[in-house]
Amino acid sequence: MFKLEKRLETSRRVVWGVPILSLLLALAAGGLLLAAVGVNPLTAYASIVKGALGSRVAITETLVRATPLILTGLSVSIAFRMLFWNIGAEGQLVMGGIGAAGVALFGPTALPGLPQTPWVYLPLMGLAGIIAGAVWGIIPAILKSAMGVNEIITTLMFNYIAILTYQYLFTDPWKDPQGFGFPGSAEFGRFAWLPRFTGRLHLGIVLGVLAGLLMWIVLTKTRWGYEIALIGENERAARFAGISVFRNIVLVMVFSAGLAGLGGFSEVAGVSHRLLQGLAVGNGFSGIIIAWLAKLHPLRVVGVAILLAALFVGGDQIQITLGLPASIAQVLQGAILIFVLGGDIFSRYRVLRVRTRVAEQEA
Amino acid sequence: MDLVESILSIATFAGTSLIFATVGEIFTERAGVLNLGLEGMMIMGAVCGFAAAYHTDNAYVGVAAAFGVGAAMAFVHAVASITLRTDQVVTGLALTIGGTGLASFLGQKIGPGGGPLVGLTGPRFVELAVPGASSLPVVGEAFFNKDLLVYSMYLLVPLAWWFLFKTRPGLHLRAVGESPQTTDALGVNVFKLRYLYTTVGGGLAGLGGAHLSLAYTPGWTENLTGGRGWIAIALVIFATWNPARAVIGALLFGGVNAIQFRLQAEGTTISANLLNMTPYILTVVVLALVTYLEAFRKRVGAPAALGLPYNREERV
Repeated sequence: MFKLEKRLETSRRVVWGVPILSLLLALAAGGLLLAAVGVNPLTAYASIVKGALGSRVAITETLVRATPLILTGLSVSIAFRMLFWNIGAEGQLVMGGIGAAGVALFGPTALPGLPQTPWVYLPLMGLAGIIAGAVWGIIPAILKSAMGVNEIITTLMFNYIAILTYQYLFTDPWKDPQGFGFPGSAEFGRFAWLPRFTGRLHLGIVLGVLAGLLMWIVLTKTRWGYEIALIGENERAARFAGISVFRNIVLVMVFSAGLAGLGGFSEVAGVSHRLLQGLAVGNGFSGIIIAWLAKLHPLRVVGVAILLAALFVGGDQIQITLGLPASIAQVLQGAILIFVLGGDIFSRYRVLRVRTRVAEQEA
Repeated sequence: MDLVESILSIATFAGTSLIFATVGEIFTERAGVLNLGLEGMMIMGAVCGFAAAYHTDNAYVGVAAAFGVGAAMAFVHAVASITLRTDQVVTGLALTIGGTGLASFLGQKIGPGGGPLVGLTGPRFVELAVPGASSLPVVGEAFFNKDLLVYSMYLLVPLAWWFLFKTRPGLHLRAVGESPQTTDALGVNVFKLRYLYTTVGGGLAGLGGAHLSLAYTPGWTENLTGGRGWIAIALVIFATWNPARAVIGALLFGGVNAIQFRLQAEGTTISANLLNMTPYILTVVVLALVTYLEAFRKRVGAPAALGLPYNREERV
């Protein structure tokens, strides 16, 4: 028989060793799958690393991919901190993209007096993205806090509704009339493009890192951050302390969904410069994985998001080099989360071997 | 076929996969385990069920494979959430995310010669008319000219209800989800029961997936389940954890699918993207209504110990 005993203190070895071992086990499980389809796992992993970090272009692509992941990871983290299960970052990001694209596409005709410069348009688009995302998050928040409607299901259903809305828009009313039948909106004017540093790397990554810092300050240095933590720890106690749970759920979801919406803005204004297929690629779901792996810590979210982005960029590469489906990256992120989750108990408890009474009598 | 008959007929057909998954999740949640990996188990059941049926040219093998795959994934959930006491919400999500990815990966790799499965036609469950009953007016075509999986669903629902509410093991199952401490004190093995019903629940979700890929829309396409696993989780709440009431919900959702089909068949100008939103909007609306009404009537809601790991040594 085995018995679990709570660790009184956690040594450095355990703090680092357990997650690393979990990660290795997840890679081993992924390796079994790769071997089963006749690919040498070591070759595959090596080309993932090479594809993600092997060249200047690869590294910038990884950072480009990391940008929406940082924002959705932060979005999910703050909501999970107060145990509001926001599974809807995907839809909130998509709505943010729609909002930002709407301003870029229709601003010039609707408000001809507005100067068409990035200094005017980019902040407006960012704001529209944040608002559109936040609106998409507020509805489940209100349903939850006013009526107790399960937010896991509502935020998830809102993903599907957002994605179908966005597909509808770029294939129908917002479709580019000069697009030769290709689904997608017209390209935004140059005034609606986020400036780029090198390659496709755009200002969005700076927004992501700043958002991480801002959230870290809010969570650790402000009264509001303390209230969020308290609600997450013990909602009843928070109520007795006079904290309005209703107000906090709504505010946190505005912040959370707004960040995801900002991610949508950053994608359309920084990468695609139009509304088309490819905005809903699972960033919101990966955000959940990132948030949990980062233990809901905003600064760690940035780091974990970059690592996961490397996995995705590398996964796209092995699709080209080894002919493997890129979805291997999605399998691996699921496996990593499962193993890290399962491993966590070993950093909190020690496994002891105990003799049962029967075994003692026999001995 | 008149309108009512055709809508009923499609509703039954479309609702079957939902009922399998919903009844499975009811068992799991009644035992006190929340399995949000349902969508992942359904989609893995769909792809593996179709692949197994295709390679063996036998749809029954496909059904067995789908059950096995769903059960195996749910077993992983059981090990994590029951033994390793992980957060059940996040573990379930991880299984859905990983399962969706794995299904997409396998769909491109386990076809003939290591190629894709997309676009292949394999064996499928065909309609078997029940002699006599199938020629009844209105209900005949709708309920008695269906495939074997639909008929098994007719058996599953009353059996599940009877097991849950009228038998001793059913009582133990409900007790484990309400108060594991008390049940443990009675000498019932809480861990064993939770493992059992989590695994069986996942197997049923796999079967739901198999009905999609072997009967409803035969074949494999990416994203075949389209969120049905999540709708099933909402249906569990709608059904107040009662298999009999799950039927009403599943028929409602099947009915919405049927109306969508009719509109599209009649060449509606409404965009398919907008039409496809209806089940998701309906889920939110129905869930909000049910939550509101149940809170109002103060009815028995979720099992009291749902989502909480059981630890013999810790007092609650």
